[in-house]
Amino acid sequence: MTAPASAPLSARSALSRGAVPPLLEWAAWAAAVACVFVLPSKLLLLNEIAILALFALSLDLILGYAGIVSLGHGAFFGVGAYAAGLLAKHGFGDPVTGLFAAAGAAALVGFVTSFLVLRGSDLTKLMVTLGVAMMLFEAANRLDWITGGADGLQGVVMKPVLGLWDFDLFGRTAYLYSLGTLFILFMLARRIVHSPFGLSLRAVKGNALRAGALGIVPGRRLVAIYTLSAAYAGVAGGLTAQTTQFVSLDVLDFTRSADVLLVLVIGGAGNLYGGLVGAGIFRLMQTWLSGITPQYWQFWIGLLLVVIVLVGHERLTRGLPRLAAAALRRLRGKADAPGSTRP
Amino acid sequence: MTDFALRTTALVRRFGGLVATDRVSLEVARGARHAIIGPNGAGKTTLVNLLTGVLKPDEGRILLAGEDVTDLPAPARVRRGLARTFQINQLFPALTPLETVALAVSEREGHGGDWFRAAGSRAAEVDEAVEILGRFGLVSVMNERTAVLPYGKQRLLEIAAAIACRPRVLLLDEPAAGVPEEERRDILAILAALPADVTIVLIEHDMDLVFSFAERITVMVDGAIFTEGTAAEIARDPGVRAVYLGEGD
Repeated sequence: MTAPASAPLSARSALSRGAVPPLLEWAAWAAAVACVFVLPSKLLLLNEIAILALFALSLDLILGYAGIVSLGHGAFFGVGAYAAGLLAKHGFGDPVTGLFAAAGAAALVGFVTSFLVLRGSDLTKLMVTLGVAMMLFEAANRLDWITGGADGLQGVVMKPVLGLWDFDLFGRTAYLYSLGTLFILFMLARRIVHSPFGLSLRAVKGNALRAGALGIVPGRRLVAIYTLSAAYAGVAGGLTAQTTQFVSLDVLDFTRSADVLLVLVIGGAGNLYGGLVGAGIFRLMQTWLSGITPQYWQFWIGLLLVVIVLVGHERLTRGLPRLAAAALRRLRGKADAPGSTRP
Repeated sequence: MTDFALRTTALVRRFGGLVATDRVSLEVARGARHAIIGPNGAGKTTLVNLLTGVLKPDEGRILLAGEDVTDLPAPARVRRGLARTFQINQLFPALTPLETVALAVSEREGHGGDWFRAAGSRAAEVDEAVEILGRFGLVSVMNERTAVLPYGKQRLLEIAAAIACRPRVLLLDEPAAGVPEEERRDILAILAALPADVTIVLIEHDMDLVFSFAERITVMVDGAIFTEGTAAEIARDPGVRAVYLGEGD
């Protein structure tokens, strides 16, 4: 029953596996940067995708790693957007400072509301998060002397990013700025989910009773990740405000919370990549479908959602290679068939 | 005064009209091998839940190494050296045995909230986790998901995770429940090999396991302590045979 000598070494690498980006991922980041030159006319859309990806990543931190369901994650997005927008409107137009303010404001709201979200069943969590987001929406609507209400927040003027790069009409600076922010926060998120803290979150998600029996106080860990997730969502909102130089009331709208949940379910929760992949698929499908059927595009998104939830991600991702292999075999079979009839 | 690792005074817990724990005063000496036996519904698991802080008692106090822990939640008691296993497996299905045990070790060392270092970067902790897994014969499956492990292995992991808390007092709630005969011997061997200064309280149905392991035995019936004594005394006690073993004549 003694361990082989190599066990500790392989155990160390098994535990820290995932903390280092795989090669394929670096290729994906490089491709994302290359889009600036390859798709110069699509940079505004790509900027939206990068921001949506960050927003979905923030939801993945609580849903995928801590099992906290939310129908009101847009609340933090909205708070971040208004924080960054208001700061810039009142003369503090430095983008990076604005992002810190957006993160801080959203984290504060996240921290305070986390104590409401900790208790109760999934249904309770859905309703509490939904309710908080609704209250914030109406508060922003009512406080129109601060937020501009339904007319939106006008007069957001941004300074150059890091004092070097001005925002341009084509979204070049905007896209690289959002992509850079996404990159930094994604790397940070990876460190966090593969740390002892991240491991303890997965334990709490898997079995809170046993987590307690190992000395973990689940509540504290959940407050921490909920606050962090809110900060991430706040940064996504801040990026939207800064790169569009406008904050409309719909940053706090329910559809934003619903969309981000959709994006994460499409991409797959609990592996960090899901939000990024989902954001790409969602926005591209939306753009493509609304070009074909401007009024009915949501039908196809809805269908995709139903298929993914019913069939399940694992079966889909395992099934696709199998389908491809079967198709290949058939193709090869056809190619072989004439040969076999030959004498 | 004897040095008690664990002590309760007139512990009471009611569920509606049912008295599940009825004035239980238990004294477990440091380093003891103590078993609690009793027929189904005797209140053994309720007692474990009271001792560990999963349930709050209606009356009475619980002292861990002389310190009153009655009002402390479960995680705080774990940090004071009280660990447990569960009668029905309470594991992390999506985690591997290695992750489970490494998590318990890192929590014990107070690194559980560490969010920037990679898990597995503290070599001493990983080595300890592997050493524990080796003791339980779990190294060969340490990177499998717990959910796909055979039941016997899961049962061993249940104990390994508790051991990783490095307890001063270990409560084992029917560790051999549902385990096939040959693996029972593994469990017994592991329990026998635990350091002598670890106090062990064993709740068990399997009489072979109880009598081969325990020095003192407490017999519970209907939520109350029926009798207590050395293993030899309990084995001879005609009253115990009558109420529990059902062999009275």
